Amino acid sequence: MKREPLLHPGLNLGSTDEYAHNEAEPVIFGFWVFLMADLVLFAILFATYASMSVQGQADGPTPTDVFDLPSAFIETMLLLASSITFGMASLALKYKADGLHLVFWLGLTFCLGAGFVGMEVRDFWVMTQEGAVPQRSGFLSAFFLLVATHGIHVTAGLFWMIVLLVQLRVLGRTTAVKLRLMRLALFWHMLDIVWVCIFTFVYLFGVAQ
Amino acid sequence: MTHKHVETYARDFRSYCIGGVLALALTALAFWLVMFEILPDFERLIAISILAVAQIIVHFRFFLHISWYSHRDDLQLVLFTSLILFLMVGGTIWILFNLHERMM
Amino acid sequence: MTSESIFSLLGTLTPQDISFVQTFENPVMSEFIDGAAGSVLVVGMIIVVGLLTYYRGWKTLWFDWLTSVDHKKVGIMYIVVAFVMLARAIIEGVLMRYQQSIAVNDPGILTADHFGQLFSTHGSIMIFFMAMPFITGMINYIMPQQIGARDVSFPLLNAISLWLTAAGAALVMISLVVGKFSTGGWTAYPPYTGIEFSPGEGVDYWIWSISLTSIGSTLTGVNFATTIYKNRAPGMTLFRMPLFCWTSLCTSVLMIFAMAPLTIATLMLALDRYAGFHFFTNDLGGNMMNYANLFWLFGHPEVYILILPAFGVFSEVISTFSGKTIYGYKSLVIATMSIAVLSFTVWLHHFFTMGQGANVNAIFGIATMLIGVPTGVKVYDWLLTMVRGRIRLTTAMLFSIMFLVTFVIGGLTGVILANPPVDFAVHNSLFLVAHFHNMVIPGVLFGMIAGYQFWFPKAFGFRLAERWGKASFWCWSFGFYLAFMPLYALGLMGAMRRTVEWFRPEYLGWLQVSFVGALLLFSGFLFLCVQLVVSIRQRDRRRVPAGDPWDGRSLEWSNSAPPPEYNFAVIPHVSGKDAFTQMKQEGQAYASPSAYEDIAVPKNSIVAPVIGIAAIAFGFALVWHIWWLVALSFLAMWGAVIARSFVTDTERVIPASKVRADHEAWLQQVRECTTTSREQEDTNSNVGRAEVLA
Repeated sequence: MKREPLLHPGLNLGSTDEYAHNEAEPVIFGFWVFLMADLVLFAILFATYASMSVQGQADGPTPTDVFDLPSAFIETMLLLASSITFGMASLALKYKADGLHLVFWLGLTFCLGAGFVGMEVRDFWVMTQEGAVPQRSGFLSAFFLLVATHGIHVTAGLFWMIVLLVQLRVLGRTTAVKLRLMRLALFWHMLDIVWVCIFTFVYLFGVAQ
Repeated sequence: MTHKHVETYARDFRSYCIGGVLALALTALAFWLVMFEILPDFERLIAISILAVAQIIVHFRFFLHISWYSHRDDLQLVLFTSLILFLMVGGTIWILFNLHERMM
Repeated sequence: MTSESIFSLLGTLTPQDISFVQTFENPVMSEFIDGAAGSVLVVGMIIVVGLLTYYRGWKTLWFDWLTSVDHKKVGIMYIVVAFVMLARAIIEGVLMRYQQSIAVNDPGILTADHFGQLFSTHGSIMIFFMAMPFITGMINYIMPQQIGARDVSFPLLNAISLWLTAAGAALVMISLVVGKFSTGGWTAYPPYTGIEFSPGEGVDYWIWSISLTSIGSTLTGVNFATTIYKNRAPGMTLFRMPLFCWTSLCTSVLMIFAMAPLTIATLMLALDRYAGFHFFTNDLGGNMMNYANLFWLFGHPEVYILILPAFGVFSEVISTFSGKTIYGYKSLVIATMSIAVLSFTVWLHHFFTMGQGANVNAIFGIATMLIGVPTGVKVYDWLLTMVRGRIRLTTAMLFSIMFLVTFVIGGLTGVILANPPVDFAVHNSLFLVAHFHNMVIPGVLFGMIAGYQFWFPKAFGFRLAERWGKASFWCWSFGFYLAFMPLYALGLMGAMRRTVEWFRPEYLGWLQVSFVGALLLFSGFLFLCVQLVVSIRQRDRRRVPAGDPWDGRSLEWSNSAPPPEYNFAVIPHVSGKDAFTQMKQEGQAYASPSAYEDIAVPKNSIVAPVIGIAAIAFGFALVWHIWWLVALSFLAMWGAVIARSFVTDTERVIPASKVRADHEAWLQQVRECTTTSREQEDTNSNVGRAEVLA
């Protein structure tokens, strides 16, 4: 069978909703471009962290001292699972006419995302209790800014999800709401990619060195 | 769902499943390498870097559905972004470590 | 209630921070100047409010302009912001030149602190609040019309970007009256700008005004790139776009990728100052060299963000006023793209002297020199476009020619500076100041003024007075050479930039010449204002309703002047480069379309002004640590965005019958217009219908 042409990143609505599918192209492309700008932002934070984690320890705690790998592993699993459940939500948006599937998967994604943010806040709390506060050294400043920027993005994604759940209820599955859900999906999956870099180049590199 | 949609549904569903399994496996492998100190130090760093790149590609392919079938603009944009990120991150690290070395 | 609790409600703000109070308490010359500047701002505001009330303009202002999301109006508002800010920054430039020209073994009239504020605001304003809004406004107005689109892809986002930029500009203006601005220069290098050495509110003003505008510019870049990629008229392939669109595209791409490093650098600086982080501090592992690195990761592409649109303007102006298609279209496109990519590989040349090894410096030096190659290609293309053309020396064309000459000189000094050893000798001297003014004044300002002269009739429906335009041109040109050539000499003699007082008598003559040049530049600006006033008064004689006063080549000239809000009654089909010239030659121009359709245009929205005003409050509250207002304005901004997302009725439909009536009436008017030959372009017989030569 011939593939339907993909008009934009993320799951394409294709022939399930031709109208929204065509409306989606410029809108989602615009958001995709914005995500690229966001990636640059993270890249700068990574580059800064790469130098400060080595050069800016200031005789304070080292990465090995403060990183809690099991906790990072659980966070990673939560975020990965939320990416998969958001995938299921996208499928529900595309194929299931009833709203129930969609709301269920979105709700599950929300819980996993909230769990991730909760774990991260707990990690930060434990670190500050051990004296590893951002004011302690350049390394910790860079660490907190990088990881918290990602965490704030995830939190923003959660708020966005709430707004869209309300809109599904108030406005129904209009084209506008569908397109917003598709953009949130891109945002969510992109944050997962950033997290892959964080757990590899921050947590794993920090402990392995 | 019409007959045609049953087929595309199966394919879309499979995409997320393959992506999910690959992503979980790559993550687990990376953590396993580090937590149980499997390889010598340097090789371990190289290995987890390669795993990260592989996982990023998996995410782009199966979750963001960017592939050679994509609209040309989308793929081009990702590749161009990669080039710029490489210049920025690589350049920054090069400059800062060079400065650091000379101050030691 | 004690006075303390009142002031905690106002954060760290006290009555002593108002500039008039300072002038009153410490009546010296420098404070008088500061107070006078504040008074001009306040009195100016009162006059504007008074005039608006007198002429009952509030309704028009609000409904036709401030809440509008039409790309043309947004564009014009951007350019208004740019002109207001240009007025302030150019006066500051003259004041600094005056101070330096009298301050040889003499303290002059300004204190070092005041002088520091002047060069900081002058630089920040010229880059972020003059040049950026000017190019953004120009692209906003022209680009959608050139690609045959009815608007940008995200009209509301466009208005929000405008308001964020305007909010940043407003903060800089507020700093004139309330508190002081940074003395750290437009680059704000730490550790000097850290809390330890700059404890006041000045650097905070810089940080938040720049942050707001950098977010606005990122969003603008996203919007323009999407518009150019997804919103072109049928047949308008990328390689049929006018060059201005190409340079707009490259500028947008640079905005998307280059603004983030600035946003992050200012955020880190803010965290250092507000929360005691250690990104750029002297102690505890901070690394201020990373600031220079991040700032110029943004700063160098920024130079091309500013200059590329001007290159686009020159391409259009030179081609139109030579009556020829542009020479070497493809080479110009490729050169533009090469410049865009190369601009990400040269940022280190701004800090050759920071201490990295010779190899690093050498590689970045070579990369810097490489940029001269595509730029050289462009210069030759423009020259060859003029060869054997029927050149008309209009104001726009004069600015373009003067740009070519001046820019080449600036480029040559740039190649000299790209040698690390030479750079070590003249780093941070007036030689550098001369060099970048030599690039940016012809490269950006001349381009924008040329574009303003060129497209003004399109935007407002009447031609500008050429006589005053030419007077302005001569002032700008001679003013530039007089003001900045002496700085090259001074730099080589060892004069450093940002110096408030000199101790070498041999500088005196050069500095005085430079001051005269600055006065000429200021007259150039004044003549532009005179030109505008004179042209408005004579507007009835200068009208060009047919919309094509210069025998234009691209689609924006094919509609009326000023254009209808939907730009094109029927979206044109394009079959080649120079689309409108082709239509005119084939007799297709001004033909009645076979059918009309309903046109949906975006409705006005108060979201953008709400976000803009909340952004001003947000920035101001952060500067003065008024935390309740920070929270409130933050919630207001995001609340506005969320509330907007529940609004479903965002478009207004203009029925086909109305479009038909308006368009046919205009076509009828055009057909009745007499055509104008190119010799009579500057006479009142030019009503905007060009003679078509077979």
